[in-house]
Amino acid sequence: MLSTHAVAEIAHAAAPVGALSSGAATLVTVAVFAPIIGAAIAGFFGRRIGNIPSQAVTTGLLFLSCILAWTNFIAHTWGGQADFTVEILPFINIGDFQSAWSIRVDALSSTMLIVVTSVSSLVHLYSWGYMAEDDSRPRFFAYLSLFTFAMLALVTAADFMQLFFGWEGVGLASYLLIGFWFHKDSASSAAIKAFVVNRVGDFGFALGIMTVFWQFGTINFAELFPQIAAYQGKGWEFLGQTFSALDLAAFLLFIGAMGKSAQFFLHTWLPDAMEGPTPVSALIHAATMVTAGVYMVCLLSPLFEYAPQAKMIVAYIGAITAIFAASIGFTQNDIKRVIAYSTCSQLGYMFFAAGVGAYQAAMFHLFTHAFFKALLFLGAGSVIHGMHHEQDMRKMGGLAKYLPVTYAVMTIGTIAITGLGIPYTQIGFAGFFSKDAIIESAWVMHNTPQGMFAFWMGILAALLTSFYSWRLVAMTFWGKKHWEHGHDDHHAHDAHGHDAHAHDDHAHDDHAHGHGHAHTPHESPAVMLIPLVVLAVGAVAAGFVFAPYFIGDHAHDFWGHAIFTAANNHVMHDAHHIKEAWVKFAPLVVTLLGMALAWYFYMARPNLPKKMAANEGPIHTFLYNKWFFDEIYDFIFVKLARWLGDVFWKILDVKIIDGLGPNGAAWTALASAKKLVKTQTGYVYHYAFFMFLGIAGLLTWVVFGMAH
Amino acid sequence: MLPAIPNILSLTTFLPLFGAIVILVMRAMARKDDSEVIARNAKWISLWTTLITLVLSVLMVLAFDKSTSNYQFVEHYKWFGPISYHMGVDGISILFVLLTAFLMPICIAASWDSIKVRITEYMVAFLMLETLVIGVFTSLDLFLFYIFFEGGLVPMFLIIGIWGGKDRVYAAYKFFLYTLLGSVLMLAAMLYLVTTLGTASIPEMTAKLAAAPLPVDVQGFLWFAFFASFAVKMPMWPVHTWLPDAHVQAPTAGSVMLAGILLKLGGYGFIRFNLPLFPDASEMFAPLVMALSVIAVVVTSLIAFRQTDIKKLIAYSSVAHMGFVTMGIFAGNAVGIQGAVFQMISHGLISGALFLCVGVVYDRWHTREIAFYGGLTKLMPHFAFVFLLFTMANVGLPGTSGFIGEITTMTGAYQWGTWVAFVAASGVIFSAVYALVLYKRVMFGVVTNDELKKYPDLTAREVALFVPLIVGTIALGVYPAFVFDFTTTSIDALVAGYRAAIGG
Repeated sequence: MLSTHAVAEIAHAAAPVGALSSGAATLVTVAVFAPIIGAAIAGFFGRRIGNIPSQAVTTGLLFLSCILAWTNFIAHTWGGQADFTVEILPFINIGDFQSAWSIRVDALSSTMLIVVTSVSSLVHLYSWGYMAEDDSRPRFFAYLSLFTFAMLALVTAADFMQLFFGWEGVGLASYLLIGFWFHKDSASSAAIKAFVVNRVGDFGFALGIMTVFWQFGTINFAELFPQIAAYQGKGWEFLGQTFSALDLAAFLLFIGAMGKSAQFFLHTWLPDAMEGPTPVSALIHAATMVTAGVYMVCLLSPLFEYAPQAKMIVAYIGAITAIFAASIGFTQNDIKRVIAYSTCSQLGYMFFAAGVGAYQAAMFHLFTHAFFKALLFLGAGSVIHGMHHEQDMRKMGGLAKYLPVTYAVMTIGTIAITGLGIPYTQIGFAGFFSKDAIIESAWVMHNTPQGMFAFWMGILAALLTSFYSWRLVAMTFWGKKHWEHGHDDHHAHDAHGHDAHAHDDHAHDDHAHGHGHAHTPHESPAVMLIPLVVLAVGAVAAGFVFAPYFIGDHAHDFWGHAIFTAANNHVMHDAHHIKEAWVKFAPLVVTLLGMALAWYFYMARPNLPKKMAANEGPIHTFLYNKWFFDEIYDFIFVKLARWLGDVFWKILDVKIIDGLGPNGAAWTALASAKKLVKTQTGYVYHYAFFMFLGIAGLLTWVVFGMAH
Repeated sequence: MLPAIPNILSLTTFLPLFGAIVILVMRAMARKDDSEVIARNAKWISLWTTLITLVLSVLMVLAFDKSTSNYQFVEHYKWFGPISYHMGVDGISILFVLLTAFLMPICIAASWDSIKVRITEYMVAFLMLETLVIGVFTSLDLFLFYIFFEGGLVPMFLIIGIWGGKDRVYAAYKFFLYTLLGSVLMLAAMLYLVTTLGTASIPEMTAKLAAAPLPVDVQGFLWFAFFASFAVKMPMWPVHTWLPDAHVQAPTAGSVMLAGILLKLGGYGFIRFNLPLFPDASEMFAPLVMALSVIAVVVTSLIAFRQTDIKKLIAYSSVAHMGFVTMGIFAGNAVGIQGAVFQMISHGLISGALFLCVGVVYDRWHTREIAFYGGLTKLMPHFAFVFLLFTMANVGLPGTSGFIGEITTMTGAYQWGTWVAFVAASGVIFSAVYALVLYKRVMFGVVTNDELKKYPDLTAREVALFVPLIVGTIALGVYPAFVFDFTTTSIDALVAGYRAAIGG
């Protein structure tokens, strides 16, 4: 069934076919398909087999998948395994429009395989504890596994059609999981919003695929990439304008990436997506799905390298998102929303890295970010769990004593995301290696406007990141308690009800928890803490262990042909040899500054932020309301669509078309017939029958007449 | 090797009619007071007839030679004058025969308990409808085609007019009025063709016109005459307003047939007549068709968004989806036309299933008002799954057949003109809006209406209706090659002829 053949990603490096054992092919095939089997079992038979077996089978298969993914990664990185593609089944086969269900294995997909399966398996495990009180657990685990399968299909695609399948497949899973608590109106609305905004991105993505197809006559990556260089400088007509062919294709595809990765303009769905259960936020809306856009740009590096305009747009959008999201992040009070904006901002970093040509750094940050961001989200979940569904940080404080393990791992995650480390050494947390590499890459390109812009935005966003991250820790774990003992959880909803402000602003993670005991924060069970500890190890070590492979001395061998850099692109090389010491130290300085400011505002002068918020100055209002994007979009798009729909329906269809047509004066001749048929149903019968006889008779007569 | 069944095409076409006759004979012979027995027998005879028809069409599909674009299983008997009894199928029409035979047993089973009056006549009407519709796809003679094509309206007209909702007469009247308009023009064009070319055989006609094309102005008139009839059937904007009314009033199975098969007659007609017979006119009028197609996609999607009646919403969504079909066909390239055929097959399954979903709730609560519902997921989890699956298929989620139809027709249209693909692709956003909002209003939220708690989840019979449609939608979504393997040769030949005729 599996026909294995080694396909070199770029035609010139044909790998020896014989060198590949079919074992490697079987291994990745099982890794990709294991989650969907789990999803099917839990989804279709979950009620019959019960909660625990459903959880066990999905989680077990995910861990299997994870082990296989790591085996593959090790074989790739240290075992000298050649790139290969497993073809499973033809998909679409119309002329040149050829697509096949495949599993493409190279450095990029091998990396994504371990990221996705590692985080997913840990999230599955964590959900045993977090979702313990929910009565739809089989459904939840089925969705998680379904998501994982779609994500694996996405990262192992060998052509645009399968990529798109995975792309919208993860979108479906995201929709289902955001709206998991479908009884809540806010949850199902957020689910629709996520799906529709992603569709806006996919609109561009689909047009990009069509553009590529008609330009190159193929949608297969291995066939496409070698043709691109020769296409430079050609024009392409689109909507009556002539564009640079490659820039147009790359830009349209990038719109898809903007939607999936919640970049500026198409970011509005991500904060709302926090309506989903917190493990979902960690897996989908932090570590994996939202990074698909970054992955796509890196995968298409052979295209983007020859599309300088599109690359420039990527850099600008990324840099703007990095600073924009961070600016909102430090005014929010909902613990999950802060982390959501943080994710948005970090994705911006990855994009501007890719935009300045540092794809390797972008992928490295994607890799490290997966660990510490999943850690922060799951940590936040542990806090929410411990606080009985409270998500408003203003009602937390002083939790370090009550949730010691959570506090410890959240601190590690915070240090990792702020990128603390010592320049010129290999000492630092995960974010230090990847984020500094991105900022340095931007500096290398400082002679271009987008490079300069990205660099300064990157520095500024690093300051804000440090500030809002430590603010989160301060408001949650340090200082005074802003919660009461003995608060009866049964009335949690009512309690929120009269606090209208908090109720409107915050997505309460109200999974059916049903605690009857008092409202004293408690540490989470071991099944939740173990994943946190594993991720914390990743947040500490992922940087220094993997830096040599992703961006260091072994990078060339590690990436092979999976990432293409044009002959004039020396960004990664130059970033290693930056002469300006201040560039190396700038991120560290702003990180420490942000930390100090957070301490000053939230520990030394805790009344200051409250006053600022209470004064509702224009800047605070603007930031707190997320730059009013939702309001503007609602006005422009939602209201307009409703109005147009009504006009098209009630005026165009009913008044004009029907008015002139079947209901109009022109048909008075038939009005008598209309009355006739109205009087008795039986007439319809005769009427129709005579119509048929009449037409047939007429035809026969004419044809007979002609034949003679 | 399968045993060859002689005259399998005629057998498949007329078996349902035979079943209808058996029912009528059975009723004539039964005692008058045995109405319950008569009704039960009529149902079972119908079900078995349609199932055997399905088996026959499957046998035909298995015996079909995909490597040739020639008509197969041909039966040709001289009749009179230029007219003959000429039947045959190619890689395009055989799929529609299969689709019809596939949906028909589902329609019969869907009507099992929900039709309470005149059950015998109802079953007869459906069986007649099956013969007439299959006949449209199997006839290779213009005269035969016309009889089947127009005749097919009669049972549909009756199904709406007799077993429909409270405004059924207005709906049937509107349906009739629109189609009559197109039919008259098409009839005139057909008579012209037969007299000029001296043959009523469609393949002969096609060959003659390929060798010696008509003058462009004549082509234009004839093209338009055919177009008028097929555009109403599709239906294309702005001659679509009969469809929402017809759907709302039709009984569930009537809607399934209407959306699943009757709408495809228009697209089939474009592929069989307009494109090969009048290539120059097709090219000339392509901008018009493209404009109407994208208007259909965007405008009717926005209208669908505002509907308060579930069935009307899905009906408008059908118009939007048919817009993809017309844009694919008149793109005039292999990707577009193959995509169009695929989209028609796929829409047959998906819209059929969606109307069955409406039937499920209508049979229980007898209302299609969206506002009446809410929170059904909690009460009907199996139904929630089925409805979600087809909602997603309707919005063109990859992995379902809906996606393949949309992406291929848009890709085809892109080559014709990028703006067509651009506008159509934006319609894909709107489709997500109306479909998901509908799903939310009906299925999500808290159950506030206690009426909803009165009835159970899907019955075994209902599950049995959906299973084949689910399998079909997913199977074609994952392995669309099943359809493309059939259509490739026929459509490649069609495109080659079209390209040669228009000189490029």
